[in-house]
Amino acid sequence: MLRMIGQRLMTTIPSVIGVIIVTFLLTRVLPGDTAAYFAGPAASPQAIIEIRSKLGLDQPLPVQFVSYVTALVKGDLGTSLTTGQPVTADLAARLPASAELTLAGLLLAMAVALPLGILAAVKQGSWIDHLCRVVATAGVSLPVFFTGLLLVYVFYFLLGWSPAPLGRLDVFASEPPRVTGLLLIDTLLARDFETFRGAFAQLILPAVTLAIFSLAPITRMTRASMLAVLGADFVRTARASGLTNRKVIGTYAFRNAMLPVVTTLGMVFSFLLGANVLVEKVFAWPGVGSYAVEALIASDYAPIQGFVLTMAILYVALNLMIDVLYGVIDPRVRLEG
Amino acid sequence: MTAVPLLEIRNLTVEFATRRGAVQAVKSIDVSVAKGETVAIVGESGSGKSVTSYAVVRILDRAGRVAEGTISFSGVDLVAADEAQMRDLRGREISMIFQNPRAALNPIRKVGKQIEDVLLQHVQATRATAKEKAVEALTKVKIARPEERYDAYPFELSGGMCQRVVIALALACQPQLLIADEPTTGLDVTTQKAVMDLIVELTRERGMSTILITHDLGLAAAYCDKVVVMEKGKVVETALASEIFRNPQHPYTRRLMQATPRLGTSLADLLLDAPQTVPAEARTAVTEPKPAAEAGPLMQVENLVKEYPRAATGALLAKLMGKAEPEKPAFRAVDGISFSIARGETLGLVGESGCGKSTTSMMVTRLIDPSGGKIIFDGTDIGAIPAKQFAASPHRRRIQMVFQDPTDSLNPRFTAERAIADPIMRMGAVKGRDALRARCEDLARLVGLPVELIDRFPHQLSGGQKARVGIARAIALDPDLVILDEPTAALDVSVQAVVLNLLEELKGRLGMSYLFVSHDLNVVRLLCDRVIVMKTGSIVEEGTAEEVLGDPKAEYTRELLTAIPHPLL
Repeated sequence: MLRMIGQRLMTTIPSVIGVIIVTFLLTRVLPGDTAAYFAGPAASPQAIIEIRSKLGLDQPLPVQFVSYVTALVKGDLGTSLTTGQPVTADLAARLPASAELTLAGLLLAMAVALPLGILAAVKQGSWIDHLCRVVATAGVSLPVFFTGLLLVYVFYFLLGWSPAPLGRLDVFASEPPRVTGLLLIDTLLARDFETFRGAFAQLILPAVTLAIFSLAPITRMTRASMLAVLGADFVRTARASGLTNRKVIGTYAFRNAMLPVVTTLGMVFSFLLGANVLVEKVFAWPGVGSYAVEALIASDYAPIQGFVLTMAILYVALNLMIDVLYGVIDPRVRLEG
Repeated sequence: MTAVPLLEIRNLTVEFATRRGAVQAVKSIDVSVAKGETVAIVGESGSGKSVTSYAVVRILDRAGRVAEGTISFSGVDLVAADEAQMRDLRGREISMIFQNPRAALNPIRKVGKQIEDVLLQHVQATRATAKEKAVEALTKVKIARPEERYDAYPFELSGGMCQRVVIALALACQPQLLIADEPTTGLDVTTQKAVMDLIVELTRERGMSTILITHDLGLAAAYCDKVVVMEKGKVVETALASEIFRNPQHPYTRRLMQATPRLGTSLADLLLDAPQTVPAEARTAVTEPKPAAEAGPLMQVENLVKEYPRAATGALLAKLMGKAEPEKPAFRAVDGISFSIARGETLGLVGESGCGKSTTSMMVTRLIDPSGGKIIFDGTDIGAIPAKQFAASPHRRRIQMVFQDPTDSLNPRFTAERAIADPIMRMGAVKGRDALRARCEDLARLVGLPVELIDRFPHQLSGGQKARVGIARAIALDPDLVILDEPTAALDVSVQAVVLNLLEELKGRLGMSYLFVSHDLNVVRLLCDRVIVMKTGSIVEEGTAEEVLGDPKAEYTRELLTAIPHPLL
């Protein structure tokens, strides 16, 4: 198993190098002049040139690239011009927020989608199958900013059940000592249940918004995959040997049906992590998505490069995890590794 | 025989709901099985034999239901029984063994665990004793090193071994009735014999009743007391095994027996009333017979070798760390074989799965490259032309192939005409739509495919018709050598009889040579002039069909021959 992980990591090196080169080039060819943006609208051409040389932007591209990579090796992603902070610090502060939101959304979606998909497959053609189809279609056809705003309108404005959609914690609450960066876990570690409740209340609406959106792929994949497995010969054998439905569906069918579902989960997760900008905007969530978009608008190279690189590495790590999970589920994969 | 049968099926009708309304798959059949009796249900595909057994165990799929009739099993009405009652019966009182044993086992669960599941379900073992009992069940089916196999996954076991596990699973709870649904289809003859002997031994030992569902009359005769013949959902004949083969009553039974290849028959004997395989109008030869044969064999294969490298595990990492392991010797699928095919000859290539016969046929067809040796075809070493370029070589036209599965080897989106026209459009001299159409129609007539069917898609054709399309496609370019890779293995015996006769007739008329790859020695005996027997990549015996199959010299050939169940003793 370790050997497989090692090999998989090796094969990812070229793609990471590729990502570094492409993001570097892309940020350079995108329209917009960082120096002009920071000098402000009233700045003189002289001032702009000065800022440009201060930022090293007057150097030829290869030179810029070498200095970028040199810094990168030292773990320095550069400094964000908009926030004035090192990009690593910014990302470290914001990534847990995105991760917490995405994970919560995904877990919520799984909790609904997996049973729904299984039931829809087992009782194919019944009302629950139709319900599954309606829920999935509705979820995916509503844009997240719309669902988000709707939820805020109903649960905050009309009913007043949830707190104001302003970030991860109430402004008056104090953050727990940072361990994982995930507030729900950190508050529990600090035994600060008051703050835990607060963080949970803040999290629930954006997480539901994400969950509704990601219900569709997970439900549909679970259903399709379960249907295929339920028609398999070994399920017939299991039935013919008198195993209970629970055993047939749980142990025999579901574990086999898990493989494509796990792949889908990985894809949905990585998609959500980078693409939940809209949700972050609606709920004023201090995540990496909104950070990257702001940087992009400001032609702020360093954060964009840092963001893309982080996402690429996360994606690689996620795929590795999925591969390992595959090996746990399916002994045949273990052999090939 | 006891007065009260163990299983009594009365007036059973099974319906399937389809888009075009209810279809009766089984129509008012009566079958009874006494205690300790072995009953065969014999029939061709679509006869309803499997549906009957599924109805007994009540594992019909959603669309199917028992419309009428009763099934009683030691006094319990199985049609009326509730689901919980059925669940207790399944596996404990009535067990099933299925075709395709590897698929019948959960691919990602250890086989021992799967046996345990059944034992625990029927309270035949506690968690503490389950493992011990599962190993015991594996021992009973004569699996070597059962403690080790307990931890094996199905993909780590051979087909025969998987079937033993399925049998262990079925017999773990000592049921009274075993239903074996084509338990040995797809297994090699020697494995088939071992598996059937095992089933018979274990069921006799325990005084169990057995229902054997099969399309193979030989198997039914060799292993059963009573035979029930089914045709299109109806039971047409029920008789003692010893009676039915000596004196079949129903015409269908007679036809079925006639079509089964066996000792002392000729190809034409397989067809009861010998309908003409090729309609008269097509007999005015569409294709000119080949010019008189030149001297020398058509194909000469010398010292042919195919090696596959062993899967290199972790080679990349090892190399990077500077710890490259010593290279494992490559696996030799074909180990230096030589043979020749004369003009107009049919050469049989026989052996069990894994013996290298398919690899050999693929190399000869030039679909894969040999690792060594020569394939001299009509004076040219075509083995030297890489397989990737062979499609563009003029020799491609002269060597064609008929594949094993008539369904899978046709493009589902091509009509029969398009499938037949495909090689002509690529390599043939026929130009223009009308000429092409005319040629396809000629070919269809030649292989006995009704011309009005050639605009149909494969799923609209029967198995036999699809086989004819495959043959028409292979002969479309007027080849000199046709490689037939188990062309009838997926067909019912009556269809097989017709197709074999067609092949024989076409060979004579078109002046072709055949390389006939098969595991069915009875078919080989009928069709082939000479036979090669292969085992683990080498030729163990070679000679005329009569010599090899009548008076085998090699131990292995004898083993193969004795493993065939004979229906008419």
